[in-house]
Amino acid sequence: MSEIPSELRYTKDHEWVREEDDGSWIVGITDHAQTALGDLVFVELPEAGTEVSVGDACAVVESVKAASDVYSPLTGEVMTTNGALDESPELVNSDPYGEGWLFSIRPESPVELEELLTSDDYERLLVELDD
Amino acid sequence: MTEPLIFERGRPGRGARAQRPAREFSCDLPASTLRSAPPLLPEVSELDVVRHYTRLSQRNFSIDTQFYPLGSCTMKYNPRGCNSLASLPEFLARHPLAPESASQGFMACLYDLQELLKAVTGMSAFSLTPMAGAQGELAGVAMIRAYHVDRGDLERTEIIVPDAAHGTNPATATMCGCTVRELRTGAHGDIDLDKLRTLVGPKTAGIMLTNPSTLGVFERQIETVRDIVHAAGGLLYYDGANLNAILGKVLPARMGFDVMHINLHKTFATPHGGGGPGSGVVGVGARLEPFLPIPYVVSGAQGWRWADRTDCPKSIGRLSAFMGNAGVLLRAYIYMRLLGRAGMPRIAEYAALNANYVMAQLKRAGFDMAYPQRRASHEFVLTLKQVAKQTGVTAMDFAKALLDRGFHAPTTYFPLLVPECLLIEPTETESKETLDTFIAAMAAILKQAKSAPQEVKAAPMLMPVKRLDDVRAARQLDVRYVPDRADDPRGELSVAGQ
Amino acid sequence: MPFIPHTQEDTAQMLAAIGVPNIDNLFDEIPADLRQIDLRAVPDALSEAGARRLMQARAAQDRIELNFLGAGAYEHHIPAAVWELTTRGEYYTAYTPYQAEASQGTLQLIYEYQTMMASLTGLDVSNASLYDGASALAEAILMAVRANRASNSKHVLLPATLHPHYADVARTITASQGIRLTLLEADPVSGRLDPRALEPYANEDITALVIAQPNFFGIIEDADTFADWANDHGALAIGVVNPTALALLKPPGEWGRTGVAIACGEGQPLGVPLCSGGPYFGFLTCAEAYVRQLPGRLVGRTVDLDGRAGFTLTLQAREQHIRRSRATSNICTNQGLMVTAATIYMSLLGPEGLRQTALACHAQTRALTSAAAALPGVEVVFDAPSFHEVALRLPVNAARVLAGMAARGIAAGVLLEPWYPQLENCVLVCATETKTDADIERYVGVLAAEIETPGASQ
Repeated sequence: MSEIPSELRYTKDHEWVREEDDGSWIVGITDHAQTALGDLVFVELPEAGTEVSVGDACAVVESVKAASDVYSPLTGEVMTTNGALDESPELVNSDPYGEGWLFSIRPESPVELEELLTSDDYERLLVELDD
Repeated sequence: MTEPLIFERGRPGRGARAQRPAREFSCDLPASTLRSAPPLLPEVSELDVVRHYTRLSQRNFSIDTQFYPLGSCTMKYNPRGCNSLASLPEFLARHPLAPESASQGFMACLYDLQELLKAVTGMSAFSLTPMAGAQGELAGVAMIRAYHVDRGDLERTEIIVPDAAHGTNPATATMCGCTVRELRTGAHGDIDLDKLRTLVGPKTAGIMLTNPSTLGVFERQIETVRDIVHAAGGLLYYDGANLNAILGKVLPARMGFDVMHINLHKTFATPHGGGGPGSGVVGVGARLEPFLPIPYVVSGAQGWRWADRTDCPKSIGRLSAFMGNAGVLLRAYIYMRLLGRAGMPRIAEYAALNANYVMAQLKRAGFDMAYPQRRASHEFVLTLKQVAKQTGVTAMDFAKALLDRGFHAPTTYFPLLVPECLLIEPTETESKETLDTFIAAMAAILKQAKSAPQEVKAAPMLMPVKRLDDVRAARQLDVRYVPDRADDPRGELSVAGQ
Repeated sequence: MPFIPHTQEDTAQMLAAIGVPNIDNLFDEIPADLRQIDLRAVPDALSEAGARRLMQARAAQDRIELNFLGAGAYEHHIPAAVWELTTRGEYYTAYTPYQAEASQGTLQLIYEYQTMMASLTGLDVSNASLYDGASALAEAILMAVRANRASNSKHVLLPATLHPHYADVARTITASQGIRLTLLEADPVSGRLDPRALEPYANEDITALVIAQPNFFGIIEDADTFADWANDHGALAIGVVNPTALALLKPPGEWGRTGVAIACGEGQPLGVPLCSGGPYFGFLTCAEAYVRQLPGRLVGRTVDLDGRAGFTLTLQAREQHIRRSRATSNICTNQGLMVTAATIYMSLLGPEGLRQTALACHAQTRALTSAAAALPGVEVVFDAPSFHEVALRLPVNAARVLAGMAARGIAAGVLLEPWYPQLENCVLVCATETKTDADIERYVGVLAAEIETPGASQ
C-alpha cells in the first residue's frame, strides 16, 4: 500500500500539496504515482513566474515507460522550482513527499483549496482504482 | 563480445579509393562558405566496411533467420522475388520528376496497385503517398475533417477512439485539431455500445477502429457501430493494421468504413528493414474522394498521368516530397500479382488457422487466454497475470527467455487493457513444425518459471548482450560517439561528449 | 498457394487440435453478410517467372539514358557493397529494435549513423531518421514550436526559395495546429532570399525561421546572416540542407555566431537510388538543449548486467506523450533500411570521398552551365554562386525542348514555371559526379538541336 501522509492535500491526478508558512503551496506527485511510473529519467518543470490555472498541464515527469503530465492543483503564480531534479530526477522516486518536490505556487483562489482531497479521500480513490 | 564502432576501426588517411570520383577537382567557392574541419566520418578500407557491417548483421534477429510472432506486426516472409523485381535497374534509376512519357511502365504498376487495393477492400479510390501507417492515419483523419468543414459542419471536432487502440490514434487526432473521446471495451472484447451511444452527437467527426481489434478478436457488432456513428453524422476510419486477418474474406467498405489505411509492410509483405521503410496507403469511399492526398495515377489521353492540385482542388495536400515510398509500392504490387485471386483469401485463412492452432495448444499447455471464449483472428492475447503472481515471472521475462531459445518475442504489454500480456501473431507463412517448436518452447519456459523462476528472470544469457540498463540510457544520454573521450561505458557520458 | 507451407495433412491435424471441421469455421464470429466477397477484379496469380516477364516489360518502357534532373532527388554513384550488405536478410527482414538484445546489429549501426549525421550538420544530436526531407522539415517546425518556450505566436517564416513540395507538405502536416507559415520573398536577380524580406518581422514574435542551403535553385544563401537574425530575434533557426553539400559547405551548426537550433533535410543522396522518389529518409539533428523535443526514435549507448557496452532505443516515452498545448507529432517509425544504406555509404566514402564527390558535382554543373550558356539565347537565370544545380532560361518553348530531349533519351531538366509563373521557359538542371564530359557534350549538342528545330526529334 502506498504512503499517503495525512497532513497533505491531494488531487485525483495523484498530485499532493502542502501549505508553507509564507502562504505558498508546495506541489509534488504521490508515492502511488512514482511507483506507477517507475524510475524517473527526466522532469520538466514550469518556469518561475509563470501563471497557471487549476488543471493546466504545467510539468512533465518522464520515466522509461511513460511521460505523464502533471496538472496544476491550483490557480496562481509559480514561485520556485526544485532545481535538484535536473541532475537527480530519481529523488521523486526515493522521496516523493520531501526532496522530490516539484514546484511551489502562490494560490489566487481560496475556494480551490477547499476542493482538494484529504488523505482519506485520496486513499479511497486509490482503492477504487485498484478494482 | 562487443564490436568496436566503425570509427574505432579507422586510421587517418585510410579510405576506399575505388569509390571516389576518378578525377579530383579544385574548389572555386569563397572560403567563407566552406567547412573549416572535415566531418566525423569513418576513415576505413572497403574490406573494413564489409567486415564490420556483415558482423553487425549477424547480431540481429530477422524473419530470414527466426520466427517472429509479433502481434500486430504481421512478420510474414518477405518474398525475394518482390525485392529483385522492384530493383530492376530502370525502376531504381527513374527520377521522381521524370517526364510522364518515360514513366508509363512505373505508372502502370501504381495504377494497377490502386485498382487491386480497391478490389480487396471495396473502397472506391486510393492514394499511395502516405509513407507509413501514422501518415495514413493523419491523411484519414484530415480527410474526415475536410469533409465536414466542406459541408459547413464546423462543430464536428471529436474523434472517438477505443481504450484498446494503438497510441498513434489519439496523437493523430490531436494533430488534426480534434479532441479524443475514449470508448470502453467490454468484457468479451467487443465495444461497449451503450457507452458509444452516449459519446456520439453533433460534435462527432468520426470513430477510429481496427477490426479485428487490437485485442485479437473480431468486433462482432460492427454493423451496429456503423449505424450508430453514421446516424449521428460521423464517419468511420479503419486502421488497417490487422487486415491480414480478413484479407480476401471481408471488405472493410462493407463493414461500413468510409476511409482506411493499409500497412503495406504488414499485410503485403514488404520488408521491415530494421524499422522502415513502410507505406500507409489510404483508401476512401466516394464521399471522401475529393480530399485524397496527391499525387495519384489516373488515366489520361496519352496514357497514365498524375492527378495533381488542378484535378483535385479539395485535396488535403501533399504528404511527401514526391509520390511516397515507390519502391515499397512496387514490392507490394508484385506480391499481390503473385497471390492472385485465389491467393488473397488463403492469407486470412491460414493466418487464422495458425493463430487458432497456437492458441489451442498453448491453452493445453496451461496458459491463460485473455478471451478464451472467442476465436482468435490472426492473432490472440494471452495473459501471464497468474504466473506473475505465483512465480514473479513476468511477460518481459518470458520474452527474454524466448530469445535464448531462438525465437523473437511476441508483442509484450500491448494491448494495455490486458495485464502481463503477450500478443501472438504467427502469420500464414509459418509451417506447423515451426509453430510446434515455439509451443514447446513456451511450455518449457512456463515449467521453468514454476521450478526455477530466477533462471527465467536472468534471461537472456545467450545473446550478444544481457539485459540493458534502460534507466541509465535515458538519464545519461550517450547518443553519439566522440573520439578521444575516455570511452569506458561505465564512466560519465554526455550527449555532446567531453 | 504461394508462401503458404501447409500440406493437407498439416491442415487436418491443426483443425483437429482446434476442434473444428474446416477452416471456414474459424470465421464464424463474422456476420454472414459481411463474408460475401467478389474478387473477380483481381487477376489470376502469376508465377515468379511470369511476374518477371511483366515487370521487365514495364521497366523497359521507362529507360532513360542520361539523367540531368535534381530538384530534391540526386543521382550519385552508389558502391556495390552498399546494397549487397543492406539487402542481407538480417538487415532487410529485421523488425524495429524493440528487443534490444536481439537487435544489437541494427542498434549499433543507427548509433554510428547518429554520430555521422550530427557531425555532418555540425550539431549535437541526431535522431534515427524520419520518412523523407519534406516531412522532416514539417517535424522540425513542430519541434521548434514545442521547444521555443519564449515564443507564443507559432508563427514560422519560410523562404520562397524552399522546395515547393516541402512547403506544401509542411502546410499539410501542420495545418490543424494553429501554426502560421509565412513565405518570404526572394531577390529575383540573385535567386537568394532577400534579407530585406525579414524587415517587417523585426518587432514581431517569430517562433522559427527556415533557411534552405543550398536553396531549391541550387543557389548558396548567406546563411550566416539569417542564422544571426533568428538568434537576435528570439526565433529558432531551422536549416534545410543537402548532405553531399555538407562535405564541402559550412554546416548549420556553424552558421552565424551561434549556429542553428535544428537541421534537417533529405538523406537520399547518401547511397539511396532515385527509385521514383522513395523510399528515402529524412534526417533531423539539433543542439543538445533541444534533445527532449526531438521526434522519432533515438538510440543510446548503455551497459548490460555484466557491464558490457550495448545499445538500446531511448527516450521512448516522449513518442507517445501528447503535448496538447504546444505541438503534437504522431510519428513512431524511422527508415531503418535506408539508414543502413546511408551509413555504409558514408563509411565507404569517408570524409575525403564525400568531399571529392561534392567538388565533382559542383565542377560538372559549372561545366554544363558554361557550355549551355554559350548557346545563342540560353541564359543563366540567377547570378549568384550555386552548388550543383543551375536554372537556365531557354529562348523557345521549354516544355517542347524537354519533350524533344526526352525522346532522345535525356531527362534534361525540371520546368520551373508551374511553381514560379515568372520563370517562363526556365528549367532547373543538375549534373552530378556521375556525368562525364562526354555526357555534358551530348547534352549541349541535343539541347542546341532542339532549340534550333523544336520537336524535330519527336
